[in-house]
Amino acid sequence: MIKAVMVMNTQGKSRLAKFYEYLSVEKQQELIRGVFSVLCSRAENVSNFIDAESIFGLDSRLVYKHFATLYFVFVFDSSENELAVLDLIQDVLPSVFVETLDKCFQNVCELDIVFNYSKIHTILDEMVFGGQVVETSSSEIVKAVEEISKLEAASNAISLIPKSASGWRSR
Amino acid sequence: MGSQGGFYQSKEFLDLVKSIGEARSKAEEDRIVLSEIETLKRRISEPDIPKRKMKEYIIRLVYVEMLGHDASFGYIHAVKMTHDDSLLVKRTGYLAVTLFLNEDHDLIILIVNTIQKDLKSDNYLVVCAALNAVCKLINEETIPAVLPQIVELLAHPKEAVRKKAIVALHRFYQKSPSSVSHLVSNFRKRLCDNDPGVMGATLCPLFDLITNDVNSYKDLVISFVSILKQVAERRLPKAYDYHQMPAPFIQIKLLKILALLGSGDKQASENMYTVVGDIFRKCDSSSNIGNAVLYECICCVSSIYPNPKLLESAADAISRFLKSDSHNLKYMGIDALGRLIKISPEIAEQHQLAVIDCLEDPDDTLKRKTFELLYKMTKSTNVEVIVDRMIDYMISINDNHYKTEIASRCVELAEQFAPSNQWFIQTMNKVFEHAGDLVNIKVAHNLMRLIAEGFGEDDNTADSQLRSSAVESYLHILGEPKLPSVFLQVICWVLGEYGTADGKYSASYITGKLCDVAEAYSNDETVKAYAVTALMKIYAFEIAAGRKVDMLPEVGFQALDYKFILCKCILIAVFDVVDYLHLLQRAYELQAVIGLDAHAVESIMPADASCEDIEVDKALSFLNGYIQESIEKGAQPYIPESERSGMLNISNFRNQDHHEASSHGLRFEAYELPKQTVQARIPPASLASTELVPVPEPMYPRESYQTTTVPSVSSDAASTELKLRLDGVQKKWGRQTHFPSTSTSNSTSQKTVNGITQVDGSNTANSRTRETYDSRKQVEISPEKQKLAASLFGGPSKTEKKSATGHKSSKPSSHMVKSHAPKSSMEVASEKTSPVQQPPDLLDFGEPTVKTTAPSLDPFKHLEGLLEPTTQVSSAVNHSSTAAVTKSPDIMGLYTETPAGAHHKDNDILSGLSNPPMTNMVGGTTAMQVAQSSKGPNLKDSLEKDALVRQMGVTPSSQNPNLFKDLLG
Repeated sequence: MIKAVMVMNTQGKSRLAKFYEYLSVEKQQELIRGVFSVLCSRAENVSNFIDAESIFGLDSRLVYKHFATLYFVFVFDSSENELAVLDLIQDVLPSVFVETLDKCFQNVCELDIVFNYSKIHTILDEMVFGGQVVETSSSEIVKAVEEISKLEAASNAISLIPKSASGWRSR
Repeated sequence: MGSQGGFYQSKEFLDLVKSIGEARSKAEEDRIVLSEIETLKRRISEPDIPKRKMKEYIIRLVYVEMLGHDASFGYIHAVKMTHDDSLLVKRTGYLAVTLFLNEDHDLIILIVNTIQKDLKSDNYLVVCAALNAVCKLINEETIPAVLPQIVELLAHPKEAVRKKAIVALHRFYQKSPSSVSHLVSNFRKRLCDNDPGVMGATLCPLFDLITNDVNSYKDLVISFVSILKQVAERRLPKAYDYHQMPAPFIQIKLLKILALLGSGDKQASENMYTVVGDIFRKCDSSSNIGNAVLYECICCVSSIYPNPKLLESAADAISRFLKSDSHNLKYMGIDALGRLIKISPEIAEQHQLAVIDCLEDPDDTLKRKTFELLYKMTKSTNVEVIVDRMIDYMISINDNHYKTEIASRCVELAEQFAPSNQWFIQTMNKVFEHAGDLVNIKVAHNLMRLIAEGFGEDDNTADSQLRSSAVESYLHILGEPKLPSVFLQVICWVLGEYGTADGKYSASYITGKLCDVAEAYSNDETVKAYAVTALMKIYAFEIAAGRKVDMLPEVGFQALDYKFILCKCILIAVFDVVDYLHLLQRAYELQAVIGLDAHAVESIMPADASCEDIEVDKALSFLNGYIQESIEKGAQPYIPESERSGMLNISNFRNQDHHEASSHGLRFEAYELPKQTVQARIPPASLASTELVPVPEPMYPRESYQTTTVPSVSSDAASTELKLRLDGVQKKWGRQTHFPSTSTSNSTSQKTVNGITQVDGSNTANSRTRETYDSRKQVEISPEKQKLAASLFGGPSKTEKKSATGHKSSKPSSHMVKSHAPKSSMEVASEKTSPVQQPPDLLDFGEPTVKTTAPSLDPFKHLEGLLEPTTQVSSAVNHSSTAAVTKSPDIMGLYTETPAGAHHKDNDILSGLSNPPMTNMVGGTTAMQVAQSSKGPNLKDSLEKDALVRQMGVTPSSQNPNLFKDLLG
């Protein structure tokens, strides 16, 4: 299963972090730092795999991909195939991003990731669900994400009249 | 909004993100985030916030928390948002709570209700959002609240929902297998879902289930094979193609499952050969994903019952991986090679240069993988090269986790394959010197024992050579500035025992060195204690040999240091005292020994007696004479405690009434609860009552238990039987341990497997590829590399058993040998000729006629299967209802605990008796003295010390028996 998905920039600032097992905020930060310290010491043109047991405990592997100023990182256990996960990062994710963010991925920069924060989460949720990779076809993911945003926009337009906070509480 | 659709964000948020992005230091970022938190705290509690604003605040909170700051003040607002009707707000709420909360958080209770409602929603997106929360937030206790709805959703018309419901159910299974064990059959059912995506999602839980219990899924082999065949033949919709590969992710999962099912099962494996062979042929090795499938094929082939033709294809694929320029593929190749050499060790040879390239690659990941491979293929011909390389690498890295691992591997290999004693000692020295604090203390004890016992041969000169070489190397190493504590302990012990044995070094030289150690590492009480003991030994040997001891002033200081130590003892907390008391005792002993005459010293500390067995007379028979004498003088004979307390027979522990009647009339405790009729409950109850009843002798419950071991056998037996059950279950869930060393296990098995019939073909192929590789590389290979290759792979390629004869300390690995099925080649041959059964085309998506699910599947059977692998046990407990089943482990827990506890106490008593200081107290006869002699302590002194120790409330001997054993033989 997938244990975590992280996106961080080359200065170690995290841009997205999703852990599929609950971890406290402090622990998350510790792991992110640990991952970054390993990543930044890696040379170019080496493999995209890292033995992550010293950071994440037994039976954990890490696959990362470096795009422009960002690292995309997946952490998972032995029930996944490293090369296949790498393909998710370097083919599926970019093509989804390209289509849903209306941009060429080469130009997708850090700010695009954080500005579209909840959208990125939606994309990831379509792809990895409860720690399992459930969808690998980028066209399917794009379709699902677009459907969601359409429906959300519709429901948003209908219910723009605010309800009071007390109204929520009484529910 | 534009292209961002519903994902609207305000200018404020954009500004925040920008300013954080531009922050030049962590401090600046923190400042920005903290002021943002202040803003949010203020804003979020304002009344009547527009929903869209609220949504954005929550997203900002998520962002803040991702940066590592506390956003808990907003959790409740996120929870509130999940209650909203608007999809946008609700989804944001769910996103936030799944990121914020854990399954045990207090707020979960507020969400469960909403989840329940949303799971029933008509809008599938709401259902999906709720399912997402289910995966993350539902814990063992709340599973029943949503379980029925999840099961219903398995048949939802939308495939996206079915898929997610399966994953949710899988999640429940991971969290608490027992809660959904009656629903596992659903996974089988969903395997024939119309939608390939749903089928693919089902493979994840099935993979887990099969990992835990292979045997109950053997019936699915045919179905899996037929699905895989259809996938490989492109029978799935085009949408599942990916880089011209038909549904590669599904293929990978299926191959993983087949690898599990076919492991060690010839019949099941035979069904797979054709389809795996097909995939090998069809795989496009130019794309990443094609290679991923190929790699999975290799894993599958090396796991299932071997088939020569497939092994050949696997070897070909591996050589393609290794020749590739991509580090990723090399990594996969090395990993695959490590798997395949378990079955056909000879294929490593043709890749030797590639492996060495990987070993020298700057890529750390690749290097480590290669070390793993080398570890698997170590044999006595190449152990020196491999271990040397490992140690070099170990010295070069800083990662403590990996350092520990590689150090323990070095030790393991050295213990198993060491070509010579000298080499072994040197290797261990290096390991200790560079990773001493990371290796297990047992390794040090093993080393000491090894030096003491020699290598098991009767050749005494070899042993003494070993010892003197050890002494020499240690004296040399002591010059190094900072040594790990464990290593120092070994050094001190060896110097004390054998420092002067060969007469090369004078006693004063050795003692001088030991004093230096004690002084240089004065903070380490354990090392000091070892040093003082070593000093004592040296002096004892000297005195015994009739030489005059010239006491160094430092030694006097060390010995007299005890006053200082005593002060320390008083000053520090009790649990630290033990170490100091050890030291104190040693100092006392040293003083006492020095004062004795040669004869006494010799009997206390005989030279080279560390391996002598010490016999402990548990019956204290040496006291018989003394007792006899006393009785003759009119002393009372000893009455066992059980009799003293007026109980002639308390044998029947389980019969509570009987027990009560025979004890006391008055009872001070409250009336107990009504007695349970369940037999299993009685022992704990009765034990409890004996504790409550005031008995004159506090030792009574333990003692009486001791005397009644015979009658209580039946309950013991029952308890062990129940324990067995639990053990079985635990093993089930535990990971199957793979002994990497099987690679070099037994020559017979691989010879026969590679059989007479097929071996020729594969061999020629092998040598062909090797030639091409060699010729390609010839130009660039440096002679150095070739030498390395020759030492790693060279020599006769014969494999050998990991020798158990080498050293006594090496762990015999008999069960490793068994693990790889050494069936005869005849069988392999006959397999080949028998027509491969073409599985019927069972699974055609769209037709639910598939009989993959066993319809007669009894959920309770299933549960049994999960809970207990041994049939013998299952008969013991009668499962009539789920309640009974789920309850039974509890009862067992209660039941097994108490007898075990009682036993433990029992053991304490026994070990107490056998403890040297205790016997010392009683002792006084010569027989005792002999038995104790090699343990050194002067009787009177140790008596005093014991008294002191008792006053302090600590018994060092029972606190740290290991130290004593290791030090004293």
